[in-house]
Amino acid sequence: MLENIDFSLVNWSRAQFALTAMYHWLFVPLTLGLSFILAFMETIYVRTGKPEWKRITKFWMTLFGVNFAIGVATGIILEFEFGTNWSNYSWFVGDIFGTPLAIEGIMAFFMESTFIAIMFFGWNKVSKKTHLAATWLTALGANLSALWILVANGWMQNPVGMWFNPETARNEMNNFWEVLLSPSAVSKWTHTTSSGFVLAALFVIGVSSWFLLKKREVQLAKKSIIIASVFGIVSSVYVIATGDFSAKTVARTQPMKMAAAEGLFVGTERAPLLAFGVLTKCTGDEIFNDNNKFLLRLEVPFKGFLSFMIHGNVNGFVPGINDLVEGNEKYGILSYAEKIERGYHAQQILKQLTSIKDKSSPEYAIFYNQFTSPDFLENYFKYFGYGAYYDSDIEKLQKNILKLIPNIPLTFYAFHVMVGLGFLFLLIFMVFLYLAVRDKLANKRWLYITGIVSIPLAYLASQSGWIVAEVGRQPWVIQDLMPTISAVTKIGSSAVKTTFILFALTFTALLIAELKIMFAQIKKGPSGH
Amino acid sequence: MNSPETYSLLQHYWFFIDALLGGILVFLLFVQGGQTFIFTLAKGEAEKTLIVNTLGRKWEFTFTTLVTFGGAFFASFPLFYATSFGGAYWLWYLILFAFVIQAVSYEFRSRPNNFLGKKTFDLFLFINGTFGTLLLGIAVSTFFTGSMFEITPTRGVIWHTPYRGLEALFNVHSLSLGFSVFFLARINALLYFLNSISDDGLSYRSKKSLWPNTIGFLVSFLTFVIWLLVRKGFAINPENGEIFMDQFKYLNNLLQMPIVGGMFIIGVVLVLYGLSRALILNRPFQAIWYTGAGTIITVVALFLTSAFNNTAFYPSEYDLQSSLTIFNSSSSYFTLKTMAYVSALIPFVVAYIVYFWRTMNRKPLTKEELESHENHVY
Repeated sequence: MLENIDFSLVNWSRAQFALTAMYHWLFVPLTLGLSFILAFMETIYVRTGKPEWKRITKFWMTLFGVNFAIGVATGIILEFEFGTNWSNYSWFVGDIFGTPLAIEGIMAFFMESTFIAIMFFGWNKVSKKTHLAATWLTALGANLSALWILVANGWMQNPVGMWFNPETARNEMNNFWEVLLSPSAVSKWTHTTSSGFVLAALFVIGVSSWFLLKKREVQLAKKSIIIASVFGIVSSVYVIATGDFSAKTVARTQPMKMAAAEGLFVGTERAPLLAFGVLTKCTGDEIFNDNNKFLLRLEVPFKGFLSFMIHGNVNGFVPGINDLVEGNEKYGILSYAEKIERGYHAQQILKQLTSIKDKSSPEYAIFYNQFTSPDFLENYFKYFGYGAYYDSDIEKLQKNILKLIPNIPLTFYAFHVMVGLGFLFLLIFMVFLYLAVRDKLANKRWLYITGIVSIPLAYLASQSGWIVAEVGRQPWVIQDLMPTISAVTKIGSSAVKTTFILFALTFTALLIAELKIMFAQIKKGPSGH
Repeated sequence: MNSPETYSLLQHYWFFIDALLGGILVFLLFVQGGQTFIFTLAKGEAEKTLIVNTLGRKWEFTFTTLVTFGGAFFASFPLFYATSFGGAYWLWYLILFAFVIQAVSYEFRSRPNNFLGKKTFDLFLFINGTFGTLLLGIAVSTFFTGSMFEITPTRGVIWHTPYRGLEALFNVHSLSLGFSVFFLARINALLYFLNSISDDGLSYRSKKSLWPNTIGFLVSFLTFVIWLLVRKGFAINPENGEIFMDQFKYLNNLLQMPIVGGMFIIGVVLVLYGLSRALILNRPFQAIWYTGAGTIITVVALFLTSAFNNTAFYPSEYDLQSSLTIFNSSSSYFTLKTMAYVSALIPFVVAYIVYFWRTMNRKPLTKEELESHENHVY
């Protein structure tokens, strides 16, 4: 059955989405966090009336502007890409997915674009307090727009608040609040935005460290470091807390992602948490061999920590990749073969239902009632997407099952890099704050270098987070309901390849321009204003 | 309650909201129109900076409206979104590309060490202005001309030309709407300059440039409208939902829906009045608000003509019965209702935009303000 799928098209479409999303996410986190840092600084300026603080605010605002522009440029593609490259997806779930995007535009983008104009051009046109309010509202608008797009993303990872309407053959929303407040949506938003705060705080600390290293703008650097490290500590604690919440949610709704991220091949009670590891032989059939898959393995020295994190109980069972694929009766886990069988059955019933033209016929009523019965929804429709991997040939079916497993090494490494750096950043903030408060920042070359190096590390952690979230959920566009192969627009793969190359070149050129401008502005420093 | 009548009402309501966003978008394309003048209207760098900064303080509104227009259509008519964007792939990507390069150009153009050079970023603005307007007009023209697609029973979309949307570039009627939008954007830009920039040289040349652009607009717009009024339209048979070709469908729509017909006339008259104020009465100040309001009203009326009164708004030339109507392409009752609550925010959003727009535009922009470096300068 999968022979009919143009995998080149699917892969190029995925590549293009990954390219545009990752480029966009290079710029958004700084916007999310730096907008608040600007608001803090300007608040101090308005409170104290000291022109020094206005100068500091305006310096960071210039850098904010450079970053913001390219964030907007890379963002517009993403919204329209759902239509251009994922049109089957757009129809299948547009009824639910479109709503947050529309609200994002109406509520958040207009707020952002109105008040950002005042922030940049209104210094002598509105009162000090109005200007300050505009700066705060820009930050709020940016973070609200993140809310709606992340609600949409959270919904894809855990589709709730909807039902499948067999008459229109699509998913339709039946509970807006469930979509908005689902744990996946809440953890996505809180964890993602706060990771942006951490990144922005590190950006400010890193740039300030460079000034200290060059013995320039010492006062600006010190003041900025204090603000950024306080913001950084609060955000880091919050990022860790929401990360924990996010992990709990993922373990429940996307156990395969969790297993891949932790490199847990065989499920166990009292599951340990890995601090780090080096994987080997874990692609394709090798996953199911009994060989040792770790060249190196470093556990957190507290037995059952992963179980505890997920279940709040060290004895809890955490399923491994094997359990999920092959099933585990003891813990009530269906095998992928069984899920594929059931999903295929659901698709066949739908086919029969849609083939009946006369909707008032008793035959239609029979299929309709069967399709909408709670038993059918819970035991068959739930696995609808798996049906795309059905094959009557057992050997082919076994091969198809492998396609339901995400890239394990990539998910695993990205997850551990993200978590490890997250804790390291908290430490860096604490050291900076401690030394800044004690006024011991002078002549600490090692500290300045740490600060500067932490900027690329922040971006690494940030991108890793997206890799965990998006690679770890493969092949699902909508968890268990729609795989990527069913979601793509039917178009020649060469067309997608062309747009991929076009945007790869364009975005890279713009990134180089952005970096060069950013470095030049930092070198120029605030005195140039 | 969830009756067919309320559902139909919501479908009409949401198409109206989408049309309104479309109307506001076309008005705000004055930013793009202004960008097409970047190499011709200004004499010397100082004047160019003035033009760029006048537009640069508003570009995000246009951009945001475009994104919201897309988002609102996605949410309210997802099958249209899937069909048009996935189908007319190349046309939409050209439009998107033209907007991607705009978004960085204001901020990057005059920054030191900007890699591509000021000229390149200015060229980006020019490209965005020219193709952004022209191609958007062409894309919307397919609401009347139809496209070559087929909707399969499982709601898959098959596009039956390898040009994926570019075929509209070779259709004279599509081009006439494209050029109408292009010239209208330029006219609105000139009037906006006359309103918001205090500089004698620029004002003089803006006024002079109004004439040729007005003629360009009138020629292309009249071509489009006459053709629209006499052509066959894609009509829905209310009895059985079948689509058929109906002579003078759009003319009849304007006559059978007097409110829409009236809006169309008022809109066109307002644009012409604004133009004559500037051209004949020599009172260009505030003329932008007449042409601007006229633009919004006319565009809304045209959108409604394409969809209301049993008309298929995204028709298929390839297979008439695949044509999309507000009934067969919309979101569910529940979603449209939920979003109707959200749309209550729109007047509030419009109010604060208008309030702060006025605050920021109280004084026309001058070279002196840009030299003072108090504010961000592009």
